[in-house]
Amino acid sequence: MDFPQLLEMFLSGIWGTVKLFTVALIGALILGTILAGMRVSPTPVLRIAASTYINVVRNTPLTLVMFFCAFGLPFLDIRFGSTSSFNSFIYATLALTAYTACFVAETLKSGISTIPVGQAEAARAVGLTFGQTLSQVVLPQAFRTVIPPLGSVIIALLKNTSIASAFNNRELISAMRNAIEVRGDLVIPLLFGTALAYLILALILGRVFDYLERKLVILR
Amino acid sequence: MKKLRLSIASVAIGLLTLSGCGQGGTPDAPAEGDGAQAEAPEYTVNDSADFKDSKTWKAAKDAGELKVGVKYDQPGLGNVKAGSEQPEGFDIEIAKMVAAQLGFSPDQIKYTETVSANREPFLQQGNIDMVVATYTINDERKKVVDFAGPYYVAGQDLLVAEDSDIAGPDDLDGKKVCSVDGSTPAQNIEEKYTKAELVAYDTYSKCVTDLQSGSVDAVTTDDAILRGYAKQYEGEFKVVGQPFTEEPYGVGLPKGDDAMRDAVNDALQKGMDDGDWKKAFEYTLGSADDVEMPEIDRY
Repeated sequence: MDFPQLLEMFLSGIWGTVKLFTVALIGALILGTILAGMRVSPTPVLRIAASTYINVVRNTPLTLVMFFCAFGLPFLDIRFGSTSSFNSFIYATLALTAYTACFVAETLKSGISTIPVGQAEAARAVGLTFGQTLSQVVLPQAFRTVIPPLGSVIIALLKNTSIASAFNNRELISAMRNAIEVRGDLVIPLLFGTALAYLILALILGRVFDYLERKLVILR
Repeated sequence: MKKLRLSIASVAIGLLTLSGCGQGGTPDAPAEGDGAQAEAPEYTVNDSADFKDSKTWKAAKDAGELKVGVKYDQPGLGNVKAGSEQPEGFDIEIAKMVAAQLGFSPDQIKYTETVSANREPFLQQGNIDMVVATYTINDERKKVVDFAGPYYVAGQDLLVAEDSDIAGPDDLDGKKVCSVDGSTPAQNIEEKYTKAELVAYDTYSKCVTDLQSGSVDAVTTDDAILRGYAKQYEGEFKVVGQPFTEEPYGVGLPKGDDAMRDAVNDALQKGMDDGDWKKAFEYTLGSADDVEMPEIDRY
């Protein structure tokens, strides 16, 4: 196996990582926002449910969460699609979403608490409901405040996708293992190559967040 | 309130952990048949061994220990049982046999776990003196390490449920086949048996869990490893017995130490000639009646 083939292998691995990352990111942002909303809601049941979920999942190692998704869900006969590779992709996405959403929610909650209480009171005074206050007054400001820490959470998500390779997912680590098996003479360069690929992906993300921060962040 | 919340959380985590382990953990191995178990072979240590031309041997002799890289997760070949600290299996017996010829007693061998990604770097950096870890001899690896042997020629085979009707790789169309991510057997399935669906985990034990639950139809890798699992789960699984590749296992050695390579080759040859090899095989992998001893390749 020579260089072009190795490169092709790595590119398909990068594509696998990007796919997993993108789907999990969207899921985590949505679920995380809902959880953050529940945590600050006036209903005690919602608050307790959200904080229980966050405490349980955030304190469980991601490998264990993924183990539960990859082996526990099929045991409970929860399956998606017909091929096992698609199934594994969904299981890994679920695990990453469930795990990252906790960190998104905690980050957002800290953003919410930077917003002066007066704003929520004013919103209520002009007749907005809790949902309207949250979605139109509080959250837009909270998101803009927490862009830098949110960036860290999202970069962590990118790196966490590597765990999925242990559960039948084709991504960068998986490509690296394949490459090492056929080219035992290039182990160290291949390890560096993988690290470099993650570095490039993370740097791109970092630049995106730098840009967003310059454009949107609110200084207090 | 805080305390209560914490305790609820920990109970929930406990439940999660339990459910995770119940599915995925390696189930307890059934007790092995006592009667069929062969005696542990003993190897005569060659006290007059002298390979001063070999840098590796001399350093090991001075240090009083031989550092051997082995695998820890392949029953029958190189495996550390739960609760045990010493690895055991055919690879380990081969290591002991070779070490004895080189003048090292079993308690002078220091085992280190080597996985696929660190075998070559460890040998190159001198962290270990030799690798006996289902290490297939191939030309790419020969560029950076030397091989003695082969001491066994394995072939890729299939492990299936006892009542399965899969009789060979040609029956795999549309079936789910499990192997270890990135391994040669997994790559063979992807390239040659494209109609089979590959499921790849990081360890064979996850594959075996899936085979038990029926999530996959077969587990594939070298027959020697599968024999180990078939022995561990007697009556549940069987090895199909139609190997479809050849994987010559060699002893990996640091590049350029020809004296060491000759010494290890001689040790392997001697072990095969005087019956130690056969004893080691029967002790770890079962009957050696239909197993051929390989020809040493002194390249």
